[in-house]
Amino acid sequence: MSAVAVHSLWTTAADPISKIDAPKFEYGQMSPTLIVVGAAIVGVLVEAFVPRKFRYYAQVFVSAVALAAAFAAVVALAADGYGTTKARIAAMGAIAVDGPALFLQGTILLAGLVGLFTFAERRLDPAAHGNRVDSFAAQAASVPGSDSEKAAVKAGFTTTEVFPLLLFAVAGMLIFPAANDLLTLFVALEVFSLPLYLMCALARRKRLMSQEAAVKYFLLGAFASAFTLFGIALLYGYAGSVTYAKIAQVVDGTVTTVDPALVDTMGNDALLLIGAAMIVMGLLFKVGAVPFHMWTPDVYQGAPTPVTGFMAAATKVAAFGALLRILYVVLPGLRWDWRPVMWGVAVVTMLGGAIVAITQTDIKRMLAYSSIAHAGFILAGVIATTPDGVSSVLFYLAAYSFVTIGAFAVVTLVRDAGGEATHLSKWAGLGRRSPLVAAVFAVFLLAFAGIPLTSGFAGKFAVFKAAAEGGAAPLVVIGVISSAIAAFFYIRVIVLMFFSEPSPEGPTVAVPSPLTTTAIGVGVAVTLVLGVAPQYFLDLASQAGVFVR
Amino acid sequence: MSFPLLTATAVLPAIGAVATAAVPAAKRDAAKWLALLVSLATLVLAVVVLVRFDPDGARYQLTESHAWIKDFGVRYELGVDGIGAVLVALTALLIPFIVLAGWHDADPMETGSRRWRPTQGFFALILAVEAMVILSFEATDVFLFYIFFEAMLIPMYFLIGGFGDRAHEHGEEVASTQRSYAAVKFLLYNLVGGLIMLAAVIGLYVVAGNFSLQEIAEARANGSLDMATDTERWLFLGFFFAFAVKAPLWPLHTWLPNAMGEATAPVAVLITAVVDKVGTFAMLRFCLQLFPEASKWATPVILVLALISIIYGALLAVGQRDIKRLVAYASISHFGFIILGIFAMTSQGQSGATLYMVNHGISTAALMLVAGFLISRRGSRLIADYGGVQKVAPVLAGTFLIGGLATLSLPGLAPFVSEFLVLVGTFARYPAIGIIATFGIVLAALYTLVLYQRTMTGPVKTEVAKMPDLRARELVVVAPLVVLLIFLGVYPKPVTDIVNPAVQQTMSDVQKKDPQPEVEAAK
Repeated sequence: MSAVAVHSLWTTAADPISKIDAPKFEYGQMSPTLIVVGAAIVGVLVEAFVPRKFRYYAQVFVSAVALAAAFAAVVALAADGYGTTKARIAAMGAIAVDGPALFLQGTILLAGLVGLFTFAERRLDPAAHGNRVDSFAAQAASVPGSDSEKAAVKAGFTTTEVFPLLLFAVAGMLIFPAANDLLTLFVALEVFSLPLYLMCALARRKRLMSQEAAVKYFLLGAFASAFTLFGIALLYGYAGSVTYAKIAQVVDGTVTTVDPALVDTMGNDALLLIGAAMIVMGLLFKVGAVPFHMWTPDVYQGAPTPVTGFMAAATKVAAFGALLRILYVVLPGLRWDWRPVMWGVAVVTMLGGAIVAITQTDIKRMLAYSSIAHAGFILAGVIATTPDGVSSVLFYLAAYSFVTIGAFAVVTLVRDAGGEATHLSKWAGLGRRSPLVAAVFAVFLLAFAGIPLTSGFAGKFAVFKAAAEGGAAPLVVIGVISSAIAAFFYIRVIVLMFFSEPSPEGPTVAVPSPLTTTAIGVGVAVTLVLGVAPQYFLDLASQAGVFVR
Repeated sequence: MSFPLLTATAVLPAIGAVATAAVPAAKRDAAKWLALLVSLATLVLAVVVLVRFDPDGARYQLTESHAWIKDFGVRYELGVDGIGAVLVALTALLIPFIVLAGWHDADPMETGSRRWRPTQGFFALILAVEAMVILSFEATDVFLFYIFFEAMLIPMYFLIGGFGDRAHEHGEEVASTQRSYAAVKFLLYNLVGGLIMLAAVIGLYVVAGNFSLQEIAEARANGSLDMATDTERWLFLGFFFAFAVKAPLWPLHTWLPNAMGEATAPVAVLITAVVDKVGTFAMLRFCLQLFPEASKWATPVILVLALISIIYGALLAVGQRDIKRLVAYASISHFGFIILGIFAMTSQGQSGATLYMVNHGISTAALMLVAGFLISRRGSRLIADYGGVQKVAPVLAGTFLIGGLATLSLPGLAPFVSEFLVLVGTFARYPAIGIIATFGIVLAALYTLVLYQRTMTGPVKTEVAKMPDLRARELVVVAPLVVLLIFLGVYPKPVTDIVNPAVQQTMSDVQKKDPQPEVEAAK
């Protein structure tokens, strides 16, 4: 048997290759991603050729137009039925164009656009030597505290490279939930991760902390990527293919022909289980689920706050999209194996995030742990393994990302002499000094806590309902208990803002430009609209709830 | 389409809340008058609801039904039965008094930021609570009810935490710490209760497939919706837990004394006379209708808890040194009576319980608001700081006495009728529990009369010697409440007429008949 197989391997290899088909590439269906990548490349060229004075404006313009155009392309595709009836696999089997992909891409693009507004904000930091500056380092390469840094600040440099980096990250995130084979998945993972690592290191203030955060994120992220890659190799060994549909067929047992080169490994369940576990592990790392969450608080705290907001929102959307696709398209046949494990992960994520958040004294770290708890809630919807489960997760992700970006945008406003005042004690009495900002932040906190009439409640209800219908009632009970625990620390911040006396040397609230105001305004509007009248968006999510295979 | 009267009763205060909040900082008085006018207009609408309600008509009247969130099976469905209509009226009735009594409670003490507008906020929050409470009395969709049941916590929380008594004996810093503690305790207790109810609400959806109270209750009654015994019991417990926290029932009551003690008197009235009624109301409407079997299953335990509430609340009230906390413990005792009446499962008990909700609202409002006027004069909540007030402020002392006598259910005042009905209803089915509960009344006499004696009689303390009597505004608040207490004590028929048919229907939901009096066979 083995000898024959080896022989056939030789013969196929020796066959002359007569011609290679030109790859068929559906530019129209790929247009959202292509627009963003193209704009990112334009952004790189802008860095190279446009005079420093105009770069900021050129970059913001290019990025905003690109993100808006890409969103328009997503809407056009969805309107054309690609999310439902015309769902298909494009780009030679590498990319899925279907409901979940389009819904998540739309969410990521909007999150990116709103995130862009906070990136471009230049009124919060006091002008340095007469130059308006944003949240990013004057010159990333200069050592913190060195003469070259001072010179860069004095010259009024700003790191306008963040805009193309943002676009590259968005491009990777667009592909990630749409990837239909494991290699595309991995490439997308790296395409969006590397710019994020970089952007984390670019804070203007507290640069050492920012760089430390970036190094931690990079090292742990590289580790997780390596796991994913190893898992991909093992799955290839098991299935003889990296395409989702083919792997799923092998898992189901509908494909029995054995690739002669993989005769020793194909169909070996050990490879399947270990490979699948490793890939899921890599995704859970990006999602920030316990026990792969260790990086979250440090990175959220150290990264420039606009980056944190963008990352917290968009990465979660992209990673949950990819996780859903892997679990629902590739591994449905393995459901009985992964469900118990995911149950465990969801339980510890919900409880762990909520409990540890209570002890936090830094607002960004607190939001980081809260994002972990929310990852747990979303996992409860993932576990449902029903179409309702998919649509509830989609809805939750959309609702959550706007609350998150808005909340971090508010964090950028509260400042003292050292930059953003993120220590919780400094937020005391904020409601007396700036009632409006405090009220807006309270709305976001109430949405995080899942109080009715906010988007957080609608989302939570949707995932818990899906979980209960999917037979995960105990998970709902645990979710409800962790919500109660989580409510405690959200409420604590509200108490601090409204019921504590302001300290005389407390922070001031900077008056932002229309950019940040827009970001926060969009956040509040989406939070309330999705809370009071979620029907349209639930419809959208449930139409988008079917994966193409 | 007819005029959506029920929606209007809630939308009016909601719009009023927004408008009040939007009044410019300098126009404080305009905000107060606006809030008062809106609350009076709401009262007019509530009276229209009462008038249009036909006690002999359909079970739910003035119904409205619109699609809302299709994916969750949620409809915007309103309707009132007799119990709901009466409680809407009670809410609308009390809010103007609360607004008027709290006229100066939120005047800014120090000039904060230009945009800091506590007065506008205070009255806007009261109206927001009113809107949500009214909607939760009117909602006949479980999900819709849940939304307002939960959402009302937020304005309530700001009312407790943000506004306190002036000239607190420990100074503002200690007071604000205690206040925020009380506010957080209030919120966390109720939020945990609400979240556990959320799990049960989701469970109900999984079992029933929709949230319509009428549809589910009908399906339960004609047997087309069969719940496993265990499922029904778990769901019942989820709902009941939330309502028992809200009501509050021993041992989930500990947030109430804190909240009522630290909040200003009008806000304390808002908590105990208005918001807490949603808990007892919801037991009648949701627990009994949706889960009749489980309600019967849980009855013995609930009756014992109610009994403990009655005795324990009264005993602790006797031992209080703080006037507002005393009223809070007295309220816990009274909520015990209400819950006792509901779960005695007799028509007298349940009519009595509903009537009790109304009377307790009015009597507590009278007692607590007068207590608030007293406290604002002296700047202390401690009973020991007062003495001989009746000599310097006879009207204040007199109304305080009437409020107190109503609280101890003196015959001739409204609470007597309801307490009597509850005890008779309980005695008919559970004589032992009825007898023990009667001791609650004895203790009530003790704590009210001792309170009156220590604060109002005896030698005049120097600190109260110059205490002014009730002002015109305060009289306007108290006099109508006293009149109502006497009127409903002598002639409760208008309320019972509306309530009784609804109670009969609830009784038939749980398939209970009143026990027939046993007549010894004549030999």
